[in-house]
Amino acid sequence: MTELTEYRQEVRAWLEQNCPESMRSPYRSEAEVCWGGRDFKFQSKDQETWLRRMAEQGWTAPTWPKEYGGAGLGRVEAKLLKAELARLHARPPLVSFGISMLGPALLKFGSEALRQQHLPPITRGEIRWAQGYSEPNAGSDLASLAARCEDQGDHYLLNGSKIWTSYGDHADWMFCLVRTDFEAKKHEGISFVMFDMASPGVTTRPIRLISGKSPFTETLFENVRVEKNQVIGEVNQGWTVAKYLLTHEREMIASTGLSSAGTVPVGKTAAQSLATEDGRLRDTILRADIARFEMNERALELTIERARDEVKAGVSLGATSSMFKYYGTELNKRRQELLMSIYGHDALSWEGQASHEGRLARAWLRSKGNSIEGGTSEIQLNIVAKRILGLPG
Amino acid sequence: MALVLNDEQLMLQDAARHFLAERAPVKHLRELRDSDDPDGFSRTLWSEFVEMGWTGILVPEAYGGLDYGYTGIGLILEECGRTLTPSPLMSTAMVAVAALELAGSAEQRSVILPEVVGGRHLLALACDEGPLHAPEPAQCKAEMREGHFVLSGSKKAVVDGHIAQSFIVSSRTESGASLFLVPAGASGVTVQRYSVLDTHVAATIEFNQVELRPDQLLGPPHQAQGLLDRILDVARIGAAAEMLGIAREAFEQTVDYLKQRKQFGVPIGSFQALQHRAALLFGELELCQSLVLKALHSLDEDSDDLAELASLTKAKLGETAQLATAEAIQMHGGIGMTDDFDIGFYIKRYRILESLYGDRNFHLDRFARLRGY
Ligand SMILES: Cc1cc2nc3c(=O)[nH]c(=O)nc-3n(C[C@H](O)[C@H](O)[C@H](O)COP(=O)(O)OP(=O)(O)OC[C@H]3O[C@@H](n4cnc5c(N)ncnc54)[C@H](O)[C@@H]3O)c2cc1C
Repeated sequence: MTELTEYRQEVRAWLEQNCPESMRSPYRSEAEVCWGGRDFKFQSKDQETWLRRMAEQGWTAPTWPKEYGGAGLGRVEAKLLKAELARLHARPPLVSFGISMLGPALLKFGSEALRQQHLPPITRGEIRWAQGYSEPNAGSDLASLAARCEDQGDHYLLNGSKIWTSYGDHADWMFCLVRTDFEAKKHEGISFVMFDMASPGVTTRPIRLISGKSPFTETLFENVRVEKNQVIGEVNQGWTVAKYLLTHEREMIASTGLSSAGTVPVGKTAAQSLATEDGRLRDTILRADIARFEMNERALELTIERARDEVKAGVSLGATSSMFKYYGTELNKRRQELLMSIYGHDALSWEGQASHEGRLARAWLRSKGNSIEGGTSEIQLNIVAKRILGLPG
Repeated sequence: MALVLNDEQLMLQDAARHFLAERAPVKHLRELRDSDDPDGFSRTLWSEFVEMGWTGILVPEAYGGLDYGYTGIGLILEECGRTLTPSPLMSTAMVAVAALELAGSAEQRSVILPEVVGGRHLLALACDEGPLHAPEPAQCKAEMREGHFVLSGSKKAVVDGHIAQSFIVSSRTESGASLFLVPAGASGVTVQRYSVLDTHVAATIEFNQVELRPDQLLGPPHQAQGLLDRILDVARIGAAAEMLGIAREAFEQTVDYLKQRKQFGVPIGSFQALQHRAALLFGELELCQSLVLKALHSLDEDSDDLAELASLTKAKLGETAQLATAEAIQMHGGIGMTDDFDIGFYIKRYRILESLYGDRNFHLDRFARLRGY
């Protein structure tokens, strides 16, 4: 106990010293996120310093082993670090698919050489990754993917295309699901490969979203060379890796539904900007909607906490990442709907400083994708029905 | 406290589940109903509760109890929800013991608690006066006369009021609210029993010029509203724990049925419309489980957010138990509507618990107020 308290003191003191003042507030828009990568332009000196200092501590990936750039923290320590960061309202120094998706898969299935090669640059924010899963004809039915990866003796050649590649035009490397056996059943001929997006034959075309931004691309491959040592797990066994990575992706997406450090709770936001009577919102229908939302928000928070405690106590988690993904994203959509109701006309601006370039409207629109990306809500319910409840069909 | 059960709690849960499945399955409730049992519960079963220590689970060891905490009794109530077992466990061993522990004088505790542990003294909380739950006493009044309080008024929906030896009664007194421990046999007390829709029995109680000594106050005079709210929060969390058992059992039986019942040549559980509704309910129940466990922990720890958690938990459990028990009937089709089949009983018990100690509308409102909007 005292050891932990001491640890907490240390963490607190370090953060107080090292977290630049301007990094102590939540992002106002996605443009302020630090993604890292070869061509990333830091928006400020502070942003760069914050990333560098945190990476040196191993705190961009606190639970990863030290030899791969993490800090080797246990769960309790990591939770403390998170709490201390929240206390300062500190922004994440780095947001990265490398950390939230690829890393866990590499740690579980990757060879030592692959971990050494890829993990440390991820923790330092040097390489930005893209996820090459979906294809025009393989969305929910991901395993029907068709990108062809042919054995050329000492290397592979990749042809085909991916779609909805988030930040495909900013990414340095891609982890990608490809077909390596064209005769096998659909789940059994898939491999999990990685390659440099700067390789000849890779092109990306931005796709614009309803939120007005182009955060994803169509990605085309024409005779792209893939090295043989860049396969995670066994050749043709990529589906196992892919599914494992998806559970991490889903857990990450799930937390978008929860108010994160520093965001003002919806009810409080409403109380600050709308008319009240005896301390209650005058719009009683909106008030009830908000209360129901906050009830479910708290219930999900506690359930995520319980799931973590259960893992620690050795109870297996199974398909619950699907449940969290479903609830987290449906909740976030509710949150955005409520914020639109609370701000009314003011939420409709699309440009200009006052609205932070239409932050509310764009966030509302963007949230509609939460229940599609990483596997749709319907697919998550299918998974719960079949894997957890054991329903037939 | 980590949000998991420890080994001892898991054992208690397991023991309770086995005991109740064997000794008090839904058939037990049917038998009480079909024999028109005036008490609506079995005294033989109650004495077995006593033997297992359940009546003293919250009582300090000094009074012969187990001092095992709220999480323990919550687990037992959840199991009672699964079997729809009627008993005064919640009213006496949880709510009344909590009230005595929170505010009872040394005298009150030493006289009553050992009798509660022995199963000989049952208590009932008499709070509501109108059709909807309201924690503030309105028409029950106790006036000071020659060193005595004189209590008049009536209380409704008193759970186990028909079998209790004493009542914990909320009443207005000159400058606020007070709680009294009133013997059921006191002069001027009339108890009218009535059966409710799930075969349980409750009572309406009239107090006509009932004379009470100052030492029959429970807690401080005139300033007991906070105490009453705190006692009610215990009851709310207890009701939520029971609703969790009800909802889980109805859900699990329904999922089994989805696998067995065939239509169009396939199990009905292969239809996606039903799969998704079942999957959603699974998720809702997981949320509920976390809330109930957290709320029980917050009782054990007497934490600051207890009131908020109690309201949030009662509201969410009401919503989910309603959904689970109604979906259970729908997904069973015609057989779900029959009295011969148990599944339709769950919604009845749910409805009682929804109304007790504040329904979900009451608690969403309270939750919002506690959160400042
Ligand atoms: C913002 C955003 C970012 C994304 N980023 C990436 C990325 O970086 N990399 C990547 O690879 N992919 C990415 N995706 C793609 C995403 O994973 C797919 O869009 C998703 O898996 C759904 O596939 P689809 O679009 O083909 O829809 P479809 O599969 O065609 O689904 C259409 C509708 O049919 C429903 N449906 C389909 N099958 C079933 C079924 N069996 N039962 C019931 N309903 C069903 C779906 O739920 C949906 O409502 C992103 C998507 C979005 C929106």
